[in-house]
Amino acid sequence: MRFGADEPLIMDSGVALAPWQIAYQTYGTLNAGRSNAVLICHALTGDQHVANDNPVTGKPGWWLTMVGPGKPVDTNRFFVICANVIGGCMGTTGPASTDPATSQPYALNFPVVTIRDMVRAQAALIDKLGIETLFCVLGGSMGGMQVLQWAASYSHRVFAALPIATAARHSAQNIAFHEVGRQAVMADPDWRGGRYLLEGTRPSKGLAVARMGAHITYLSEMALHRKFGRNFQDRSAPTFSFDADFQIESYLRYQGISFVERFDANSYLYVTRAMDYFDLAAEHGGSLAKVFKGSATRFCVISFTSDWLFPTSDSRAIVHALNAAAASVGFVEVESDKGHDAFLLDEPAMFAAASGFIDAAARVRGIA
Amino acid sequence: MSPSSLALPATDNVTGHRLDFLLVTDMVEPGSRVLDVGCGDGALLSLLRERKNVDGRGIEISREGVNACLAKGLPVIQGDADTDLADYPDDAFDYVILSQTIQATRQPRVVLEHLLRIGRRAIVSFPNFGHWRVRVDLALKGRMPVTENLPYSWYDTPNIHFCTIRDFVELCREVGAQMEKAVALNAGGRPMQVSLPWWVWNLLGDQGVFLLKRR
Repeated sequence: MRFGADEPLIMDSGVALAPWQIAYQTYGTLNAGRSNAVLICHALTGDQHVANDNPVTGKPGWWLTMVGPGKPVDTNRFFVICANVIGGCMGTTGPASTDPATSQPYALNFPVVTIRDMVRAQAALIDKLGIETLFCVLGGSMGGMQVLQWAASYSHRVFAALPIATAARHSAQNIAFHEVGRQAVMADPDWRGGRYLLEGTRPSKGLAVARMGAHITYLSEMALHRKFGRNFQDRSAPTFSFDADFQIESYLRYQGISFVERFDANSYLYVTRAMDYFDLAAEHGGSLAKVFKGSATRFCVISFTSDWLFPTSDSRAIVHALNAAAASVGFVEVESDKGHDAFLLDEPAMFAAASGFIDAAARVRGIA
Repeated sequence: MSPSSLALPATDNVTGHRLDFLLVTDMVEPGSRVLDVGCGDGALLSLLRERKNVDGRGIEISREGVNACLAKGLPVIQGDADTDLADYPDDAFDYVILSQTIQATRQPRVVLEHLLRIGRRAIVSFPNFGHWRVRVDLALKGRMPVTENLPYSWYDTPNIHFCTIRDFVELCREVGAQMEKAVALNAGGRPMQVSLPWWVWNLLGDQGVFLLKRR
């Protein structure tokens, strides 16, 4: 969806971005009453290809366990929308897009993006699609931040909200991890002050290291131990070198290398920054309860026991605020040893909670 | 801490609803805001929503219970009465219900105080450990009682703080709770005659159900 020079995206930084575009996918059919639209918000390195093969990687959609015919977000019942975030690199305007002022990639001239900017862009898309109220907005991690922002900014347009493995503000520890990743990118000589696209280089090593570090935070000590232990990679003894002797090293290197093939380094800087800046209560004098005061949205919050990036205490803070605001809220902590990434994986207890919540809300909303 | 700690709760022959739930439902004003602490699968909340059009919320410790509630469209959060009540603001609800749960809390007195703080009224029901069968087990057999309503052995019971009806009345006095209604249910789940003296309730009452108010 393209927005012309007369339809700028007004961003938190004060910049009016124009022209701009937002890339999205839809699944299922919008009903006559336009009441069955579901918006999926993707995480840091996700994209709009939630339930179809990814055209860049050729891999299946990233949330096929949750979205599809007969799944908790049933595409036979709901009209499902998923859009690439502003600042991203899968077709929505971001730092790799061409700046009309210079006819060169924006690079670091792209305005700093916030979670609220991402949600504003999605709202502009929803407007264009002629949808007034979303039946449900859901997502995990950074997607969950967008869900909360939707409920805060457009509470009257969100019937049900399902934030998963997320927080109402990014913690100091998480900002710290992001900063390490950004420094890894910027320390790569091929980053060229962000102008790598112009100069024909790619900061692949830096971005791969950033991804390796981040990937550890998505797992858990237990999951790593179960999957890799201290097993050697294609060898029976240490080589007394800095080769990838251990399986975990080999795995992380692969994660790093495959990531740089599909993700833009500057986008990584911008989108991690958006998460760092997220603090929903700050807009309301530090009170999260005030954010949700008078909200008619039905909420269901889900966390995972082994998620140390967005621990259950973050979800409980959201639940307490919603309770204090007298909002309607359900909450489940799913037992899993798979860490933060559990929300993307096969977690029957999560599906059961999500289906129950979505189906009950659909009954109230009168969706067949 | 779900109501399943009762083995075979007495039910209404026609509707299938538990008699103690019907009694609690009778105590609640229509259209009020209700928090059910230890709400299990949401049976009482559903009944309250259906009959009294309440705006109901729940706390339940088991994930299975929470999921069952979510599937009924009930806003229930996974949590623990002993730790999570502290986070609720004062006077957030018209009624806070603690149904067959107080005996499974670690700090019954603290929990009761929270109920009276969070709700304008509290409704508490619990199995009466003063019932004559319980006394007989302990007095004659010298064993911890295992009855139809209290089916657990001492070593694996979730019920760690048993009390009798008289004990509970004493606790209410200590925390400054005013008893607006007190009912004892017999083994058949029917309310006992109001005119009977306390000691009869304490001996023959299977459960106590109390409507309390902050003094």
